[in-house]
Amino acid sequence: MRTVTFTQILRETLAAEMRRDASVILIGEDIGVYGGSFGVTRGLLDEFGPERVRDTPISEQAITGVAIGAAAAGLRPVLEIMFMDFITLAVDQLVNMAAKLYPIYGVRCPLVVRTPPGAGRGYGATHSQSLERLFTGVPGIKIVAPSDATDAAGLLQTAIRDDNPVLFLEHKLLYPQRFEMEDGLPPPIPFGTSRFVREGTDVTLVAWSYMTQVARQAAAALAEEGIEAEVVDLRTLNPLDLGIAVESAQNTGRVILVEEGPQTGGFAAEIAARLAERAHGALTCPVRRLAAPDWPVPSAKNLEAVWMPSADAIAALARSMVDA
Amino acid sequence: MDALSLYDLMLTIRFFEEAIERLFLEGRIMGTAHTCIGQEAVAVGVAAALEPCDALTTTHRGHGHFLARGADPGRALAELFGRAVGYSRGLGGSQMMMDVSRGFYGANGITGGSIPFATGLALEAQYRKTGRVTACLFGDGASNQGVFHESLNLAALWKLPVLYIVENNGYAMSTATARGLADPCVAGRAAAYGIPGERVDGNDVLAVRDIVARHAARARAGKGPSLIECVTYRLSGHSRGDPRVYRSREEEAQAWSRDPIRLFEARLLAEGVLGEADVAARHEAAQQRIETAIAFCEAAELPDPEILGEPVFA
Repeated sequence: MRTVTFTQILRETLAAEMRRDASVILIGEDIGVYGGSFGVTRGLLDEFGPERVRDTPISEQAITGVAIGAAAAGLRPVLEIMFMDFITLAVDQLVNMAAKLYPIYGVRCPLVVRTPPGAGRGYGATHSQSLERLFTGVPGIKIVAPSDATDAAGLLQTAIRDDNPVLFLEHKLLYPQRFEMEDGLPPPIPFGTSRFVREGTDVTLVAWSYMTQVARQAAAALAEEGIEAEVVDLRTLNPLDLGIAVESAQNTGRVILVEEGPQTGGFAAEIAARLAERAHGALTCPVRRLAAPDWPVPSAKNLEAVWMPSADAIAALARSMVDA
Repeated sequence: MDALSLYDLMLTIRFFEEAIERLFLEGRIMGTAHTCIGQEAVAVGVAAALEPCDALTTTHRGHGHFLARGADPGRALAELFGRAVGYSRGLGGSQMMMDVSRGFYGANGITGGSIPFATGLALEAQYRKTGRVTACLFGDGASNQGVFHESLNLAALWKLPVLYIVENNGYAMSTATARGLADPCVAGRAAAYGIPGERVDGNDVLAVRDIVARHAARARAGKGPSLIECVTYRLSGHSRGDPRVYRSREEEAQAWSRDPIRLFEARLLAEGVLGEADVAARHEAAQQRIETAIAFCEAAELPDPEILGEPVFA
């Protein structure tokens, strides 16, 4: 066993994939000498050189299009978008080119776009957003959102080896976290496999990315009161596996969907609809969403803490559902 | 390609585009299309300068580029007919076709959308040292997209083997170049990125071929990208149903007097490469190719609705 940070395991996985396959190259702003805004690619320039670790000008639309073109020609680019908020500048290329290449033209696009979403660091409204909802409704883009180091390593390997565009979300609060892991890298984890994080009988909490950890904290607090919450980590939003969430909902009869992002138009709404379609008869109360207010992410620490879905808020909602 | 092959290709493109305009009027094809009547010399000149291994990206106005690169007119037209034999199984339509086996990487219908994509194709060529050059065609309108500037800057920094070839056809839809570009010389924008920028008569197929070949050799030698501006005129409207209220019939008549096909024909006649009888015969043969393509499409199967139940992922 060993202790690693989320950042460190991402770096190790990238390096291992680059050693394994010369078609894997890294493209991004300040990923070379500087090592990436969050340090994920630190040291990779030394090992792989500037041809494979390519610093770019600040041109998100162009570097995304360049990565897509290189992928269509057979490379496996891993593009870093420094903050997920900046992906708005690249949406055209992802939506109108990457997502169309295989279904319309039959051309494969083995591209990974790594990017950190997430609030909690006081970075303000344009450096804190979780914008996966911009892509969940676009057929042709896979979306991966790990919540711990083992999943990150396993899912990133799968992402790099996949022949489709993959949006790989690295919540920025995860980067410095330490995780206990087996030595070496875990095997690749197939997409579309959600997992139980914790078993329980009273209420089901469904989450992805960092919110999985928040849900687990809520479950720990609830357990002290004798309420057993089951926690499901979706791991990938596209492809979406709701099998165990449905199974859990059928057992507990109560579901809370936790999403970091404004409630309106969030992906939790899609999950709620599907659970209603598949588990309606087993539910003893309506599916509930615990998301952020319909407000931009505030910068002030106290406001941001209120904005973000918290373990306390999840626990309070769960308690009210169990007690009702 | 010899001169007569270039001439034949230009005729094929012209008649293909005229057939599309006719088929729309007759209600036999649906959707939209942007024809390139008047710009055939650019398509054919560029294609003639490229090697078989090279790549080409195009625009929403891309039929001519595709045909010049050797596309089968029947399968290309089948996209407009919405038939399963189309290059995109009928799913793409006029603006979305690729044939990677011909190095043809199409367009996506977004103005300027192929510019960074082509730059990425060139990155692969440089990284793997394949010797491939990518020709990236776009219009004067696309040269106002931010991504044009982002891409040229990046390609210049990395010395990528890509040729940015702007077809300045006088209009970005209804907006005349002088109303859309603060400085209407697109080639001049190359100076900002420290790369060669040259202007050529886009209605002169041999001039286009020669300048593209020269810059392709430069790019292949590792000296980086170029910006080539082919000055031409879009004799057709922007797309089907364009009333062309933004320009006069006199202006169009003047432009027709510089029809690139007539110009090349006159030259070939003067040089004795072509005789008067050949002209009619070659027109007839090109027209026949298009009629065959139309018949091929009309007899072809519609796409199977089951396609929409298939996975969207590879």
